[in-house]
Amino acid sequence: MTENEIRNVVIDEMRNLTPEIDPAEISGDADIREALDFDSMDILNLVTALHKRLGVDIPEADYPKITTVDGAVAYLRERSRAA
Amino acid sequence: MTADRPPPGTNEITYREAVKQAIRDAMIRDPRVFLMGEDVGRYGGCYAVSKGLLEEFGPERIRDTPLSESTFTGAGIGAALGGMRPIVEIMTVNFSLLALDQIVNNAATLLHMSGGLFNVPLVIRMATGAGRQLAAQHSHSLEGWYAHVPGLKVLAPATIEDARGMLWPALEDPDPVLIFEHVMLYNDTGPLPDRRPVDITKAAVRRPGKDVTIITYGGMLPKTLAAADMLAADGIAAEVIDLRVLRPLDEETVIASVRRTRRAVIVDEGWRSGSLSAEISARIMEQAFWDLDAPVGRVCSAEVPMPYPRHLEQAALPQPDGIVAAARATLGPR
Amino acid sequence: MPSLGADMAAGKLVEWLKKPGDAVRRGDIVAVVETQKGAIEVEIFETGVLSETLVPPGATVPVGTPLALIVGEGEPARARPTPPPERPIAPAPPTAPPPVAPPPAAAGARPLASPAARRLAAARGVDLAALTGSGPGGAVVSADVERAAERAPAAARGRIDLAAMRQAIAAAMARSKREIPHYYLSTSIDMTTALAWLEARNADRPPAERLLPAVLLVKAVALALRRFPELNGFHSADGFRPAEDVHVGVAIALRGGGLVAPAIRDTAARPLDDLMAAFRDLVARVRAGTLRSSELSDPTITVSSLGERGVEGMLAVIYPPQVAIVGFGSVTRRPWATDDRVEVRPAVTASLAGDHRVSDGHRAALFLREVDDLLQSPERL
Repeated sequence: MTENEIRNVVIDEMRNLTPEIDPAEISGDADIREALDFDSMDILNLVTALHKRLGVDIPEADYPKITTVDGAVAYLRERSRAA
Repeated sequence: MTADRPPPGTNEITYREAVKQAIRDAMIRDPRVFLMGEDVGRYGGCYAVSKGLLEEFGPERIRDTPLSESTFTGAGIGAALGGMRPIVEIMTVNFSLLALDQIVNNAATLLHMSGGLFNVPLVIRMATGAGRQLAAQHSHSLEGWYAHVPGLKVLAPATIEDARGMLWPALEDPDPVLIFEHVMLYNDTGPLPDRRPVDITKAAVRRPGKDVTIITYGGMLPKTLAAADMLAADGIAAEVIDLRVLRPLDEETVIASVRRTRRAVIVDEGWRSGSLSAEISARIMEQAFWDLDAPVGRVCSAEVPMPYPRHLEQAALPQPDGIVAAARATLGPR
Repeated sequence: MPSLGADMAAGKLVEWLKKPGDAVRRGDIVAVVETQKGAIEVEIFETGVLSETLVPPGATVPVGTPLALIVGEGEPARARPTPPPERPIAPAPPTAPPPVAPPPAAAGARPLASPAARRLAAARGVDLAALTGSGPGGAVVSADVERAAERAPAAARGRIDLAAMRQAIAAAMARSKREIPHYYLSTSIDMTTALAWLEARNADRPPAERLLPAVLLVKAVALALRRFPELNGFHSADGFRPAEDVHVGVAIALRGGGLVAPAIRDTAARPLDDLMAAFRDLVARVRAGTLRSSELSDPTITVSSLGERGVEGMLAVIYPPQVAIVGFGSVTRRPWATDDRVEVRPAVTASLAGDHRVSDGHRAALFLREVDDLLQSPERL
């Protein structure tokens, strides 16, 4: 999976959670908790969706690593390569 | 044997005869019972209800009175206080207004004003209603006024069974009871009821139905049942409630029915303004508002003194067509 | 031209009793006017000088027409007022007879629906505005709602109207602060054990089965309420009525503002996984605008949790007719005194706002302590 494909998946799943703001338009290094007004339920839903879509399990301890679009893409790329 | 008992071999009886049998039965059962009123003796009663009773029971117990409602109603109250069980007949509800002071200020209040010491076990029967071309001094339906007064029990027998069965429990009641007999019911015939007294606390569902509840009493019951037949022909199942007791109202039966059908129409021969129909409508609003699917409908007499000419009298009274229209209005277009 | 009777539309000026330049005093009679009721004297209510008559004798003018100009003492003469536009004197239109049944609602107003239909629609989550009525005057009746509810049991109610929600919040909160004598208590709860338990529990589960700390808090409140019925129920004009079951309303903020607190029914009786699923479902449906109105009216108490990005504590406002609300601040790491030592521990500040008409601080304090106790042994939740 290319970095671009992963980015598309991440933005896609974020978009499902927040129809109000388009995640494609926020900066890659913006904290989604601020930029998209994500709360812990949204983060958990994002983790759940990414797990389902990509088969990558993100343990709770790693949640801080996916709080930006760039961070999430890098983390998922790393994990899918390792898997 | 009196003339208008049912012919041998039939078991039909008139409403008039049912009232007479009820009086006769009470006179036989309880020596304290006596009947008094205008023309109840020698003339046999204005509506011939007491015809023959003078011969059977004598002038001590079937007493003709002067034309003074206030006097003989007051005498009835005194007799009741003295331990008798009087039945006072007032010729028509219009004339009862002459005795209003005795009924409302004395009969209805004495128990309360005596601190519970004096009951007034009085029964007053009177004719009510229009339809016999007796004009405005004899044809009004003022029972709703009496239903306003605490201390009175107000009954409206609409069937032969109730005409036969309500008098005895009314006499047994320790407090004043008014019985309203609609003039158009006297000639109705029906099966001979047994001697059993009837309940005088509950309304009766005379015809079950699921689409609309039509609440009525007394002389309007036959017209309402006719209207229900007409509605049934169009596939509308009307539930017809006969109030029977105008005070205290049996709210439970009315409200339970309205909760089922979600629609109510009240048929009351009285005038609409400040009427018993208004009271029932208000109670439905208070207790079943959230169950309603339509505004409560009312069919009442035109707000005019009851006219004398037949066509105008009929036009002023609730008729089955109007009841059907009011019931349909609660259902919307079909 | 003064109105000299409710039914007077116009009058004829018969005679001036003062002429321009005359001084006039309040109460003077200045003119005579003829009406259908006869000649009537016109009194003046100002003091000054009559500078100009505007209506000549013999003229008939509508009520309200200026008849003359009065100049106050020392006041410069004013410009002549423009006469009112000519209006035809027509008889009032006949009044319409009173309607026998209520007229149908005007377009754009709330939908015409019977009381029974409204109650049923609220209970079944049916949008009345979307229905075509079969009742009197086209009103939606209960049968219409029943049909609609059967047709689409899970029909979406559409997006939440934020402006309407703001109004509803405003009304409820204003009423709360106006009517409910609030009292407030708060306590700090050590979350070390609860979070460690949660972390261990979540560690070997896939994301879909993980729990959020909020669920522990909600469950702890629900369980504790079983022993404190005076905090769980409704206050009405008839006084307080405790609820038989605990339906905790969870406050859920909407992105873009607004807040709803739908109920998780039977909160105390449901296992954590079940609660988490219900919570998730509620959040999703709040955001999608598909809540059922019964979920909004069911709560017997509300729990508001600020989540990880909020502040330390909150003093919440009770949502009437409920009688209490529990607020949880963010779980933060903070200095914690224990055995004469200070450690850094994760802790949460729990607060309670109670209705003083129904409950008192002492019992409420015991309740908060029970919540604390339960969170110290999360396996009991």
